[in-house]
Amino acid sequence: MEPLDAAALSRLRWRCTRRAMLEMDLLLGEFLDKKFPSLSPEDQAAFVELADYEDIKLWPWVSGQEECEDARLAPVVVMLRCQTNGAQRRRDMP
Amino acid sequence: MNISVLKFDAVIVGAGGAGLRSAIQLSEAGLKTAVLSKVFPTRSHTVAAQGGVAASLGNSEEDNWRWHMYDTVKGSDWLGDQDAIEYMCKKAVEVVVDLEHYGMPFDRTDDGKIYQRPFGGHMSNFGEKPVRRSCAAADRTGHAMLHAMYQRNVKANTQFFVEWMALDLIRDSEGAVVGISALEMETGNIVIFHARAVIFATGGSGRIFASSTNAFINTGDGLGMAARAGIPLEDMEFWQFHPTGVAGAGVLITEGVRGEGGILRNADKERFMERYAPNAKDLASRDVVSRAMTTEIKEGRGCGPSKDYVLLDITHLDPATIMKRLPGIREISIQFAGVDPIKEPIPVVPTCHYQMGGIPTNFAGRVAVPDGRGGDRIVPGFYAAGECACASVHGANRLGTNSLLDLLVFGKSAGDSAVEDLKDGEAHRTLPADAQDVARSRIAALDARKGGTSVYEARQAISRTMQDHAGVFRFEDLLKQGVARILEVEKMAHNLEIQDKSKVWNTARVEALETENLIEVAKATMISAEARKESRGAHVRDDAPDTPEFPNGRNDKDWLKHTLWFRDGNRIEYKPVCLTPLTVEPVELKTRSY
Repeated sequence: MEPLDAAALSRLRWRCTRRAMLEMDLLLGEFLDKKFPSLSPEDQAAFVELADYEDIKLWPWVSGQEECEDARLAPVVVMLRCQTNGAQRRRDMP
Repeated sequence: MNISVLKFDAVIVGAGGAGLRSAIQLSEAGLKTAVLSKVFPTRSHTVAAQGGVAASLGNSEEDNWRWHMYDTVKGSDWLGDQDAIEYMCKKAVEVVVDLEHYGMPFDRTDDGKIYQRPFGGHMSNFGEKPVRRSCAAADRTGHAMLHAMYQRNVKANTQFFVEWMALDLIRDSEGAVVGISALEMETGNIVIFHARAVIFATGGSGRIFASSTNAFINTGDGLGMAARAGIPLEDMEFWQFHPTGVAGAGVLITEGVRGEGGILRNADKERFMERYAPNAKDLASRDVVSRAMTTEIKEGRGCGPSKDYVLLDITHLDPATIMKRLPGIREISIQFAGVDPIKEPIPVVPTCHYQMGGIPTNFAGRVAVPDGRGGDRIVPGFYAAGECACASVHGANRLGTNSLLDLLVFGKSAGDSAVEDLKDGEAHRTLPADAQDVARSRIAALDARKGGTSVYEARQAISRTMQDHAGVFRFEDLLKQGVARILEVEKMAHNLEIQDKSKVWNTARVEALETENLIEVAKATMISAEARKESRGAHVRDDAPDTPEFPNGRNDKDWLKHTLWFRDGNRIEYKPVCLTPLTVEPVELKTRSY
């Protein structure tokens, strides 16, 4: 994937932090800030695709209730599932 | 730069359940209808409503809308308007059948009827025993509803403006609403939507609290716009809380955790619920647990560096039990609290969930304000429905599954009222001459400001002040300090500075605009709560305790009335509660107990 320009990154940020469910606002927003910049282009593309999924599909994957069967997306789902920095998040809340 | 003007018969702000429901009425009546939303419609916060929608279909056992009405009046602690409550409970069957026609995949009984399940507070025969009244689509009722209604709108040619932020209401010199200004995020362009009817369906505002189950999108945009346009906000002191949200994050920890043996502890590791509820202990009702937690925190026994949460401890449970009986709880704790609950207790606080108050409407979804002679007058061209509106059916406390019902019934009635009001085909009222300048100037001021407050700082100040001073259990001294504090915070919120001045996809600008809405909701809440010197429903004050004269602290003699907060001068007025239903006998006042 080509690197995102500033506008595309802002749009991605909006779509990560204005979601249907609070849980997904928190997880995707933090992931975008902390992990996304250092991902491989393939994983970045997978994350952008995941951000367009509806929360009702995404939440069972990232909360470990269902497995994501798509081989391209699954590694990023696992990374989202393994975020553990709740204390940091408490300071970063909007 | 010229601001372009788009002309529609009706403009709806918000594409959650209420917005989509009213859009169906308008578009199917052949009116040219626009719906604006900050996000794609099926990503609205209505998705988070899982429980179902209440309707006395009587599919599983005998039921009656009169019983539903009784439950709703009682749930509201008699602050709900009985005309609106009768209207909603009677209409419930019709709006559920509508959804069925839109293709909503309701759960079914073996003989093909809509399956119904029981839900807290819904009873048969005027409070006798629980009744099966909730219609659901598995645990994704809100989501399924949005999909069904979105498809129906697409078929009806509703025009969607997705990722647009409404800025302000436009009223003419006679006070009629003639449109809105809005910002298209993708281009940064400001556009005026000139309309004969404007319907607000902007949802709740739970982000005013530091701990909230509400998604980030719930910033009270409709309430902020209404308040700036001189419309009062009704009953804003009433907010529903859940006792156990993850501290800081707000994500809910289900009541099942305490059911399985979870224990609440303070900073001294004490099981404090033994003092407040010697028998039920940690399994006492939601309000009792929330009040005990707040008291512990207020008296300095909270945990953490700011002593602002308590702990929910399940470390004594067998890890196998946790994994088996509380699926997902370990993951949620790790992800949102940063602790593994098998080894460490989870930090929790009472967490804001739902806003009972809002923009004052009648049961036809028309916005109504005081006429200065003790009555109401309709604001021409202005309608509101769903969580942003106050009809008022939830009064001081909402029953579960009545929120989806509210947005369906009043979404439909607001849409029908607009269709009715527009049927004579009158031309659009003229836009005020300065409409374009006003729309432009707010953004220009934000862009030009130097040395102001950051959005982050202002939001922290708002949400901290609300959580600390107007939480689930309220104290006179804290409320008084809270009023002074929130008026200080208001200065920060009106002095925001953004670093990013770019035009395209400037989310910093949008967040600043959201903050200017949040502060209006926060002021309305704090000032209304300080003023109401009784306990009723979700508004519980330490200085209005349960006494023989005032059971549960409720004082009908002085406080059986709705609060109206006006932005101008932070003025408060009161208006009577409607105690006369449309066709049946009133539900007589009595003490609320279950």
